[in-house]
Amino acid sequence: MSGVGIVSAQRAHFDQPLALKGGSVLPAFDLVYETYGTLNAAKSNAILVCHALSGNHHVAGRSADELGNPTANVGWWDNIVGPGRPLDTDRFFIVGVNNLGGCHGSTGPASPNPATGRPWGADFPVVTVEDWVDSQARLADHLGIDAWAAVMGGSLGGMQALQWTLSCPDRVRHALVIAAAPRLSAENIAFNDVARQAILTDPDFHGGHFYEHGVRPLRGLRLARMLGHITYLSDDQMAEKFGRRLRTGAGSYGFDVEFEIESYLRYQGDKFAGVFDANTYLRMTKALDYFDPAQDYDDDLARALARARAKFLVVAFTTDWRFSPERSREIVHAMVHNGQDVAYAEIDSAHGHDSFLMDEPHYHAVVDTYLKRVKL
Amino acid sequence: MSAPLERADFDLIAGWVQPGERVLDLGCGDGSLLRRLIEERGAKGYGVELEDAEVLAAIGNGINVIQGNLEQGLAGFDDQTFNHVVLSRTLQTVRHTERILGEMLRVGREAVVSFPNFAYWKNRMAIMAGRMPVSEDLPYEWFDTPNLRFFTLLDFEALCARMDLVIRERQVLDDAGRLVTEEPNFLGSLAVYRLGR
Repeated sequence: MSGVGIVSAQRAHFDQPLALKGGSVLPAFDLVYETYGTLNAAKSNAILVCHALSGNHHVAGRSADELGNPTANVGWWDNIVGPGRPLDTDRFFIVGVNNLGGCHGSTGPASPNPATGRPWGADFPVVTVEDWVDSQARLADHLGIDAWAAVMGGSLGGMQALQWTLSCPDRVRHALVIAAAPRLSAENIAFNDVARQAILTDPDFHGGHFYEHGVRPLRGLRLARMLGHITYLSDDQMAEKFGRRLRTGAGSYGFDVEFEIESYLRYQGDKFAGVFDANTYLRMTKALDYFDPAQDYDDDLARALARARAKFLVVAFTTDWRFSPERSREIVHAMVHNGQDVAYAEIDSAHGHDSFLMDEPHYHAVVDTYLKRVKL
Repeated sequence: MSAPLERADFDLIAGWVQPGERVLDLGCGDGSLLRRLIEERGAKGYGVELEDAEVLAAIGNGINVIQGNLEQGLAGFDDQTFNHVVLSRTLQTVRHTERILGEMLRVGREAVVSFPNFAYWKNRMAIMAGRMPVSEDLPYEWFDTPNLRFFTLLDFEALCARMDLVIRERQVLDDAGRLVTEEPNFLGSLAVYRLGR
């Protein structure tokens, strides 16, 4: 049951050039976004929800344009947004945005390149977490929001919430950084690169210009998602959910789908490849790899975070091995070192990295309790 | 009625904290002490707490609470970050006694430790009568107590000497929360120490 009901996406066009961290300049861009709840007169009750690798602006509710579809797409974080839910739409004005470089309506690799009239494809620049925050700040301007009551996100979304407090310290009062890390480990980057290689070596990728060939690198994208999915789950959860069960009861001594886990991963891979853009996937993983606020501070995270003025809630999950609790504690301890305001909850959950999307009562109670203290 | 008494040590601790000082409260519970130190003393407070329900309550109290297990030490906290590191009525529940005391004085300049005195005369009476003591400051039955360590003022001071910890101040309270000046190891139910290196 959806809390916010039927929702429609909106589009904002920005015609001032955006200088990107990688050195290129986007002459203009669009951002697609959704909002839930009502912006108050003081414009002090707005929360920005940043999405992770495969997310988009459709955070909550059912999309108006999919009403004819009986399995109409419910927002990816619907369980936490709505009247009486932790992100209480009776109190807050929630904004979900599709990131630049995305594939759900905001300007991205499949959008037309104004210089050629053809899809950008491989020529769309690699965008960073900093670039996303800069573009989201334009959206805040567009909505008349001087300062967010909170910026919130899980995983890569949590990194954006963190970056907001560094790029625009006076424009965010609270940051909710969930299942995130201050930067990727070598192992994290390794997983991302295998995913990218799956896409880059797919014959249908055509160097990123596959749109003009009327094909999509579905095999590569599928493999990338299968690999990613393994890292989102926990070993225990996989054992419990699938174990070593066979679909047919006995092994066929071949290479068709036999184990339940194979079936599950292939299904997830196919589903994802059917709706996601390979060029976007490449860029999202690169944004993850490059994120490293401490890099310019001799790897001293405390110094890097010193300019943040927001209060923080940091949340991690015990079985998350992609961004383990230790990684969240790096953020927490840097802030304690600086004397900044931070609360940290470590949630006992079986669902690995994906826990941040789950309707886990204690986790939601933590977010709810924290947000109830946010003054409007 | 016993609520204020339960936290008689808070009055003493609050008196030791100066405005603007940084305090780390280990086993901070719902953050009651920190909230008082922040509101009354203008301190900058952080707490460490393990239990989910207490962490939730502390967040509700607006406390900088960090969920973690004291048995694993204070890894991640930098040396000499705090003016005071408080362990209120918790030392007796910690298995790694020496390690936590050492960690407190690594991350803080002063350790503030309060604990129930097992040698309090009413406790001695209970033992004499053949039963484990249950009192204001030892409110559990033997079968449901979270306490792992049972020790006295003299025991604690012997450990401090062994660890080269300097006792800067000691205050002792009876089970009505009144200050005890004479025969503290006999008349005192709760002890509060300020320790340094």
